[in-house]
Amino acid sequence: MSLKKVHEDQPKDFKFNSENLKKVEEIFKRYPEKNKKSAVMPLLYLAQRQNDNWIPLAAMKYIANYLSIPYISVYEVATFYTMYNLAPVGKYFIQVCTTTPCLIRGADKIVKLCKDKISPNENEISKQGSCSWMEVECLGACVSAPMVQINDDYYEDLDEKNTKDILESLIKDKPLKPGSYRGRKNTAPEKKLNTNGENHA
Amino acid sequence: MLKKEDKIFKNLYNELGWDIESSLKRDDWKNTKDLISKGREWIINEVKTSELRGRGGAGFSTGLKWSFAPKEVGSRPHYLVINADESEPGTCKDRDILRFEPQKLIEGCLIAGFAVNAHVCYIYIRGEYLNEGKRLQEAIDQAYEKKYLGKNACGSGWDFDIHIHFGAGAYICGEETALLESIEGNKGQPRLKPPFPALVGLYGCPTIVNNVETIAVVPTILRRGGKWFSSIGKPKNTGTKIFCISGNVNSPCNVEEEMGIPLKELIEKHAGGVVGGWENLQAVIPGGSSMPLLPKKICDTITMDFDSLIENKSGLGTAGIVVINKDQDIVECMARIARFYKHESCGQCTPCREGSGWMWRILDRVVKRKATYGDVELLSDVTKQIEGHTICAFGEGSAWPVQGLLRHFRKEVESRCREEPLIKKKLNNPYLVDQHLLENKNA
Repeated sequence: MSLKKVHEDQPKDFKFNSENLKKVEEIFKRYPEKNKKSAVMPLLYLAQRQNDNWIPLAAMKYIANYLSIPYISVYEVATFYTMYNLAPVGKYFIQVCTTTPCLIRGADKIVKLCKDKISPNENEISKQGSCSWMEVECLGACVSAPMVQINDDYYEDLDEKNTKDILESLIKDKPLKPGSYRGRKNTAPEKKLNTNGENHA
Repeated sequence: MLKKEDKIFKNLYNELGWDIESSLKRDDWKNTKDLISKGREWIINEVKTSELRGRGGAGFSTGLKWSFAPKEVGSRPHYLVINADESEPGTCKDRDILRFEPQKLIEGCLIAGFAVNAHVCYIYIRGEYLNEGKRLQEAIDQAYEKKYLGKNACGSGWDFDIHIHFGAGAYICGEETALLESIEGNKGQPRLKPPFPALVGLYGCPTIVNNVETIAVVPTILRRGGKWFSSIGKPKNTGTKIFCISGNVNSPCNVEEEMGIPLKELIEKHAGGVVGGWENLQAVIPGGSSMPLLPKKICDTITMDFDSLIENKSGLGTAGIVVINKDQDIVECMARIARFYKHESCGQCTPCREGSGWMWRILDRVVKRKATYGDVELLSDVTKQIEGHTICAFGEGSAWPVQGLLRHFRKEVESRCREEPLIKKKLNNPYLVDQHLLENKNA
């Protein structure tokens, strides 16, 4: 369970827009009639998308009313799961995987680059552009280590040079493409050997 | 070495296309209707004959699990739940199945759903795999268009629907009861067992929870026969398995191989060898981070299957192999894993919530050369206080890797302890008093 602080400046009101209201109806169809509570996680995702990638308390109250469940049941779910952001994040939200498989292939260098290029501390919005970064636990792309997730996309097989390029492209608001940065096909073994591991970060 | 024609996942690297038309060319959905028409008994027996063991980590017999579901549907509907909450460090096999072989999974869901009397299936995907989830949804929509799902799915007379539920970044939701809690819209905290999910699961109804890879191999097993599957690999450890080889290897990759393949062959043939040569190998984590590591001496001869790894006090787990060579600080690697468990503990049971933090802090002190000579004993004690004292297997999962480190690299850890302990007199008290230790006249 992670420690997450609720943001100080909270908007007073939150309502789903009409597009999301349609999506909510779709989501309800997935679960049995009497188990509407199951929709709390998908609904929190919708709220997060609508509100610039973070969830205000007003949205939790709104969802609780919408599902006719206590506010605390929504609050405990939103604070339990790490992917719900309870405070604003950058337009480009960079999550650096630093768990062991990425660590031994140089994730610490990527963290250092983030500190240099974006902000000295985690979850701080950069002065230039709109980026923020944080260290996260295993993102499940271990054979493509080291890797980062930027918003929804995975950037894999990184080294210092191309991480720098990617971060600079985000600051300029022209993000580079996701995928492998060693030009390999998905998780296939490379024919040309990555000699002595010097090519990774 | 696995023969090419025996590979189940022919499109593991997306060389042949993931869409339904390309999948049909690879014999997906070929005679699903006939397979289903042979009946529940036949399907479950064939899976039992294949000796398929769950690919999610525990290695429980799949056929046996299915037979635990009530034979007749009572007042409560049955559910099938697929566990695609792949978060174990070192493991990334399910991601490729979701991305590139979705039809195998969907067809498997229909067959498994029929076998356990379920009309509804939920696939629980970890939230970070958003793109993979979208891809799977596309594949599900394609299957609906072809009438392979929905009312009278695939002409079998069985109604079947699949829904995707996204997680939100909690490792613990890979535990089956925590996963069910999460689908119900609660915090992902595991439930006490029994009752097992097969009788009281999702919404209080009988539920079978299976891993993605387990379900995705089922259609091929039924098509080619359980005997074919059990002829691959070793007795009781049959079939093929996707291995994820990461860490200090020259070409990290996912690869499908037969069970019981020697670890050395796997690393040298498929992953291009250890960085700096085999002699430079320090240790290998054989099955995702929760399995104890193996030192080089054992790695020389070990074969990758459930039973021989258990003999060596480790486990196959999810077959996520993390190779660590001598350039790495082994204690730092394990301290990072301890930090992972500290971060991911759900907080329900005290030994795990507090103990995972203790283990991380002690290991962190060792890495920073600030540990005392007594810390090694303390660390070993804490791992034993966690193991077996928690609701779910997370306790073992967090304690075992540290125990593995102490078992094989104790000297390495001890040599880094610099400080004298504050209390120099040797205490006989266990640090955290526990009942079974009181009986040992220890306290």
